[in-house]
Amino acid sequence: MTTPHTPTTVRGEGAAPPARPARRPRREGAAWVFLSPWVLGACVLTLLPMAVSLYLSFTDYDLFDAPSWVGLRNYTQMFTEDPRYWRSVGATLTYVAIAVPLQLALALVVALALKNMRHGKAFYRSAFYAPSLLGASMSIALVWRAIFNDGGTVDYLLGTGGWVNQPGWALLAVALLTVWQFGAPMVIFLAGLQQIPGELYEAAEVDGAGRWRQFLSITVPMLSPVIFFNLVLQTIQAFQVFTPAFAISAGKGGPADSTLFYTLYLYDRGFVASHMGYASAMAWVLLLAIGVVTAVLFRTSRSWVFYASEGDR
Amino acid sequence: MTTTTTTPATTTTAATTARRPFARRRVALHAACLAALLVMLYPLAWLLATSVKPADEVIASLDLLPGRLEWSNYETALDGVNDVSVGRLLGNSLLIASGAVIGNVLSCSLAAYAFARLRFRFRGPLFAFMIATIMLPHHAVLIPQYIIFNQLGMVNTYWPLILPKFLATEAFFVFLIVQFMRGLPRELEEAARIDGCGPFRSFFLVILPLTRPALITTAIFTFIWTWNDFFTQLIYLFSPEKFTLTLALRSFVDASSTSAFGPMFAMSVIALLPIVLFFLAFQRFLVEGMANSGIKG
Repeated sequence: MTTPHTPTTVRGEGAAPPARPARRPRREGAAWVFLSPWVLGACVLTLLPMAVSLYLSFTDYDLFDAPSWVGLRNYTQMFTEDPRYWRSVGATLTYVAIAVPLQLALALVVALALKNMRHGKAFYRSAFYAPSLLGASMSIALVWRAIFNDGGTVDYLLGTGGWVNQPGWALLAVALLTVWQFGAPMVIFLAGLQQIPGELYEAAEVDGAGRWRQFLSITVPMLSPVIFFNLVLQTIQAFQVFTPAFAISAGKGGPADSTLFYTLYLYDRGFVASHMGYASAMAWVLLLAIGVVTAVLFRTSRSWVFYASEGDR
Repeated sequence: MTTTTTTPATTTTAATTARRPFARRRVALHAACLAALLVMLYPLAWLLATSVKPADEVIASLDLLPGRLEWSNYETALDGVNDVSVGRLLGNSLLIASGAVIGNVLSCSLAAYAFARLRFRFRGPLFAFMIATIMLPHHAVLIPQYIIFNQLGMVNTYWPLILPKFLATEAFFVFLIVQFMRGLPRELEEAARIDGCGPFRSFFLVILPLTRPALITTAIFTFIWTWNDFFTQLIYLFSPEKFTLTLALRSFVDASSTSAFGPMFAMSVIALLPIVLFFLAFQRFLVEGMANSGIKG
C-alpha cells in the first residue's frame, strides 16, 4: 500500500506551483518522514492484524499450538450451535437501541436549553460534560453496581430490588450509565446549534412560526449533520462497551447472560477459554456488522441530513 | 421596579409585565438545570460519602452523610491490593498514562502535519484510510495484536500499552490536529520558507508552537482515556506488582460483600482524583476540543 515513493516521475497534479519543481522531491521525502510512525502503525498494528485475524478466524488456535485450519467451522458453530453467541448479540443490540437514542435525545434537549442561556452557560456545559470523562472508569462502574444492587439507592427508592441481579433490568442499569454520559454529544450539539445563523429564526418569527415550528423547520435540518455525526459516533462506541458490563456482572455477563455484551463474550472466548480462532471470527463479524450499520446510517442520511451552503465548508 | 418615579406609571407596568415572563422562564430554566445537575452528581456524592462510611452504615442507611467519618477506609485502601501499595499502583498508572501522552502528542502531530500541509503521493486515499480507522472497532485487531506482542515477549510488560501510541494508532487525534493545523495561516510557513526553513524546521519552530491548544487537548484526552482504560490492561498485565489502579479495583469486582465497600470506594476516589484534577484544570481545552471534533467535519 505504501510503496516508497520514487521521486523521478513528475506527476501532473498541478497542486503545487510549477515554478519550483526542484523542491518537490525533497518535500515529498519529508512528508514520508513525518508519516513514518503512522505508516508503520497502520501496517503493523492495523492492516497486518486485520489480515491475521481473518486467517485465524478459519482456524483453531489456542496461542500455544500452531493454528489448525478448520474452514468455516468457527462461523457455522457461532451461527448455529452457540446459543450464548446469540444471547450476546441480542444483549448488545438491545443495549445500543436503548442507550444511544436516549443519550442523544437528552443531549439535544440539554443543548437546546443551554443555547440561549445568558448566565452560567459555560458552567453548566462543563458540569454536564464531566460525567463523560468519569463514566468510562472502573470506579464509576463499581459505584453503579452498588447503587443498582440489592439494598442500593434504586432498590430503596423504587422497591424494585437490585437491578443488577435481575435479567430484565441489569441491561437497563448499564444503559443508564451510558445515558449519564450525555455530556460529550451535548457539547457537540451546542457547538452545532451556535453555528445556525440567527437570521433564520428572525425570519421565521416574522413569518409567524412558533417555537415548535422553528425547531422542526430550522433547528433539525440545520443541525442534521451534527445529529448524524453524533449518531454514528455513539453507535460505534456503544457496540464496544466493555467496562461497565464487566463490573456489573463480575466479568460473567450475567444474570442469565443479560449483560453478556459482544465484547465481553469475545473476551471470554479468546482470553478466558483460549479459543483465539473463534474469537477472531467473532471480531470479524463485529467489524462487518459495524461496517453494515455505518453504511446503512450513511445511506439513510441522504434523505434526512441536510448540508447547507456547499460553499461554506 | 419601584424606582422610576419620574416616568409615567403606565410605561413602568408595561415594561415589567413584558419582562416578567422572560425572567420567570429563565429562573425555571436555571432551576431545572440545577435539579438535573443534582441528580447527575448523585453518584459522585454517593462515592465520596461511602468512601468515609463505617462498614455497618453502608447498607443500613441511605443517608449520604455518614454518622461518623471512617478515615481508616483510606488507610486500608493505601495498603493496596495483593501486597502492592496504592503508591505503586498509582505510579504504574502514571507511567503508562505519561508514556501514552508523549507517544500520542509526538506521533499524531507528525502525521497530522504531513496530512495538513505536505503534498505526497496517495495523500487522498491515505487520509480516507486514516479517517476510516477512527471508526474501526478496537476488537477487530485485538487478538492478532496480542499474538504479535506475545511473540515479541512483551505480554505482561507496559510496551503493548505504550508502543502503539508512538505509532499514531489513535487516528482521532491525528484528525483533531489536522483540523487545527488547517486553520493556521499558510503565510507563516511561506515566510519561514523564504527565511530558509525546510519542512522540518518550519514544523518544529513555526507550526508546532502554534498547534499548542490542539496538542494540549490531545494530551489531556490521552491521559484520561489511558487512565480509564481497562480492557487493554486486563489483557496484557497479570503480575500484581505491574497492576494499575484500574486493575487493582477490578479485584474488588469479584468480592461482592458490602464489608469491603469502604476501602473499595476509598480506592475508587483515589483512582478518580487525577481525572477530576485534570478536568478542573483544563476543562476549557476538553470542552472546546470535544466541540471542535464535531463541527468543521
